[in-house]
Amino acid sequence: MGPFYFPFDNLLCMLLGISFTVWITLLLVFIIVPAIFGVSFGIRRLYMKTLLKIFEVSARPRISSVFINKWCLSLALGIIAKEPTSLVEEMTEIRRSGSNRDLDEFEMSDIFYFCRRGLESIVDDEVTKRFSAEELESWNLLTRSNYNFQHISTRLTVLWGLGVFIRYGFLLPLRVTLAFTGVSCLVVLTTLVGYLPSGRVKNFLSETAHLMCYRICVRALTAIITYHHSENKPKNGGICVANHTSPIDVIILASDGCYAMVGQTHGGLMGFIQRAMVRACPHIWFERSEVKDRHLVAKRLSDHVQDKSKLPILIFPEGTCINNTSVMMFKKGSFEIGCTVYPVAIKYDPRFGEAFWNSSKYGMVNYLLRMMSSWAIVCSVWYLPPMSREEGEDAVQFANRVKAAIARQGGLVDMLWDGGLKRGKVKDTFKEEQQKLYSKILVGTQEDRSRS
Amino acid sequence: MGSRGSTLSKIPNVDKLMQETGFSQAHIIRLHDRFRALDNDEKGYLCPQDFEAIKELAMNPIGDRIIGAFFAQGPQQETVDFNSFVKVLAHFRPTDKNRPKESTSPDPINSRTNKLKFAFQLYDQDKDGKISRDELLQVLRAMLEMQVTEEQLESITDRTIQESDTDRDNAISFEEFRKSLDKVNIEHKMSIRFLR
Repeated sequence: MGPFYFPFDNLLCMLLGISFTVWITLLLVFIIVPAIFGVSFGIRRLYMKTLLKIFEVSARPRISSVFINKWCLSLALGIIAKEPTSLVEEMTEIRRSGSNRDLDEFEMSDIFYFCRRGLESIVDDEVTKRFSAEELESWNLLTRSNYNFQHISTRLTVLWGLGVFIRYGFLLPLRVTLAFTGVSCLVVLTTLVGYLPSGRVKNFLSETAHLMCYRICVRALTAIITYHHSENKPKNGGICVANHTSPIDVIILASDGCYAMVGQTHGGLMGFIQRAMVRACPHIWFERSEVKDRHLVAKRLSDHVQDKSKLPILIFPEGTCINNTSVMMFKKGSFEIGCTVYPVAIKYDPRFGEAFWNSSKYGMVNYLLRMMSSWAIVCSVWYLPPMSREEGEDAVQFANRVKAAIARQGGLVDMLWDGGLKRGKVKDTFKEEQQKLYSKILVGTQEDRSRS
Repeated sequence: MGSRGSTLSKIPNVDKLMQETGFSQAHIIRLHDRFRALDNDEKGYLCPQDFEAIKELAMNPIGDRIIGAFFAQGPQQETVDFNSFVKVLAHFRPTDKNRPKESTSPDPINSRTNKLKFAFQLYDQDKDGKISRDELLQVLRAMLEMQVTEEQLESITDRTIQESDTDRDNAISFEEFRKSLDKVNIEHKMSIRFLR
């Protein structure tokens, strides 16, 4: 029995060795080398087209298609139809149907307006749904987006099972390997470049190193990105602002251009990476205590911007991750600096993988694993023409103008609400607005009467 | 795509709920989705904090009273399960104009009387069946807060009571409330249009 095992053992080792070599060669040739030179074989786009075909085939409508369409429509419209009338109009209507009284005295029925508005917001409100992942119209064969769909057919289940096997057995290990390669390359190369004396060579090498590593990371996520209007790419001495959906936004933008990052210093692995990066080119990392001091932050940013040899700053003014269906209030800090602003709109295609990071539900590692086990990350990036603050425009108005442009380009809803509402409470000022409106109706006219 | 079997099985007593509230199956499913979205920690019931997390409700001057209406089923009620949630929302279904008048069956939840009762309880916080002068003052204060002076609030309160209080007990009973709103189109104003 003994001698029988040895040949098998050797054979096994040989096979493992060969497959490992083949694997590494394929990895190098098809992924890493193109990343270094910034070319693409088009494999990812082919993959995306194949996936779309599969989704179409699996989701082909059957007998109950009419019913399904109606249900999908109701998903899009929401549960209720809200009346777009204002406080004044409503009150007039309520009063008119009651007694023929003017709109200047309190009526018991006035409470109906607030009551109905309150119940409407309980059933369906605009803000809460922005902080959870967008609902899909049809299933994309991922378990995590399977909420209202259940077992329809064996074919679908088989496809799903195959999908799980491919994603977790093949794609995930591949992507994790690439991610490790990308990050370690970044650290090693930037540290090496950091030893060079400052000058054109150093800048060139640092840019190449950064771009290369980000491209490897892009392939690690199987991100298929379409860049539009590259002629508007941000230039030195400006600030690039974009809508924020996930930490991956940084990788997506930085793989197409070089930016100076802004952020808080972290400890651990993130901090290690940050320190390495800052050796090669000047990023702006703030200590936790410095973040609160707005003047200090503004000063460092404007100093950086005034030095034309430094890269454009990348900032996400929403301050938190929003689920990519809307753009929330931009914080005015970055718009007060007074330099050219380059807006960028990023829109993800949720069919291939939900990119939104719900930080209250998932931690960072969990989120990255989910990203790497989705089908792909497909997104479009639009570089919008540069904007500057106009005469007589204050920072808030400028911020809103930029926000509107980004929302328009990306097909997102432009909202006035603050992204900080994800965690914080509504400021009392909003309630006071409502009270002011109502009191103007009641008391405003009473005062006029008493004066006359 | 679109199979409702799994969601329906999670909701207990769907048929009974449909009968009592008049909501269709589609509505109940959508409301269940909303219930689960509001239920942040997936407890299976809602507590006052879940309602307070709705930003637009926090902005409403009588927001806390509306929240109180959900927890009014019993004394010291602290949780709202899905059935109670739907029953309260059923008050705001548009009235069925074609319903035949049967004196034996109880009023549906969204009848005119029940809508009025719902509005009445927003005023009558101590549930003694009357809106006292103090309670009316509190509501006015909630709706107007710092925009008017105390004297103005008091004078509005006194005038309102004077007009509606027919039996001169310085409080508004439910009947007096109902009478003063006789001509108001409550069916329209206290209804939410639920889409199919």
